[in-house]
Amino acid sequence: MQIDWLNFTPWPALLGGILLGIAASILFLNSGRILGITGILEGLLTPKSSDSPWRFSFLLGIFAAPLVAKFILPANLLSPPRIDANWITVVAAGLLVGFGTRWGAGCTSGHGICGLSRLSVRSLVATLSFMGTGFITVFVIRHLL
Amino acid sequence: MQRVIEFMLGLTFGLGLLISGMTDPGKVQGFLDLAGAWDPSLAFVMGGGVMVGLLGFGLAKKKVISFSGTPFHWPETAHIDRPLVLGSLMFGIGWGLAGFCPGPALVAMAAGNDKALVFVLAMLGGMVLFDRFKKRDN
Repeated sequence: MQIDWLNFTPWPALLGGILLGIAASILFLNSGRILGITGILEGLLTPKSSDSPWRFSFLLGIFAAPLVAKFILPANLLSPPRIDANWITVVAAGLLVGFGTRWGAGCTSGHGICGLSRLSVRSLVATLSFMGTGFITVFVIRHLL
Repeated sequence: MQRVIEFMLGLTFGLGLLISGMTDPGKVQGFLDLAGAWDPSLAFVMGGGVMVGLLGFGLAKKKVISFSGTPFHWPETAHIDRPLVLGSLMFGIGWGLAGFCPGPALVAMAAGNDKALVFVLAMLGGMVLFDRFKKRDN
C-alpha cells in the first residue's frame, strides 16, 4: 500500500469529523432525532405533518453552509469538488445511492456516524457493506476498466 | 427557537462536511482507492465524528427525555436483514462511482455545482423509485 501524502489532510479531516459528531450529538440530545440525511429526505418526500419542520430547518442549515463558509473559513481549507464521473455515471450513481440508502435505511451519516456512535451492530454491518462495495467499485473503475 | 437550533446544527454539519473534504468526490475516491495512492483522510473524519458521537449518545442513554422535552427517537430496528445489507451494498456502488454520498451532495449542490445538482435529482428519483417498489411489494 502506498500513501498519498500530497493529498493527506488529517487535521481538517479530524476537525470536520468533530463538527459532524457535535451536530449529531446535539441534534439527538436536544431534539431526540437521529442525524441521518436519508431519513431527513425520506421525511420530506413523504411528510407526516408534525415530523417535517425540524427536517426542513436542518436542511436549510446545510444549504447555507457553502455561503457561510466563504465568509468564515480560509479558502485553502476548502477543496473545490473534483468530479471525474461523466454525466451518465453521475445519474446512475445518484439512482443507486437514492434507492440503496432507502433500502438499507441509512447512509454515511445515520449508519456511519450515529449508528457507530450508538454501538449499533446493525449500523456496523451497513457501514462495512457500503464501504466494501465502495472500495471494490473504485478498484474496478480505476484499475480494471 | 427549536427551528433556529436545528438550522444552526444543519449549518454545523454542512461546514463539517466542507472542512473535512467529504464534499470533494476526488478526495472520497482517493480514500476508497486502496490499490492506488491511498488518501486515509476520511478515516479521520469518521474517527472524529464517532469519537464525539460516543460521548453524545452515551450521555443520551443515561437520560430519559431530550433537552427540548420531546422523547428520544431511538431507531426501533436492531436486526440485520437482507434489505439492510443489499441496500447498503447498492449504496456503496453508487458512492464509489461518483464519490458522493447524500449529505455532501446536498452541500455541493448548494455551492452551485452542476453535477452535484444532477446527482441529487437522480438520488431523489432513486428514493421515489424505492417507494414505488415497496408499495408494489406490500
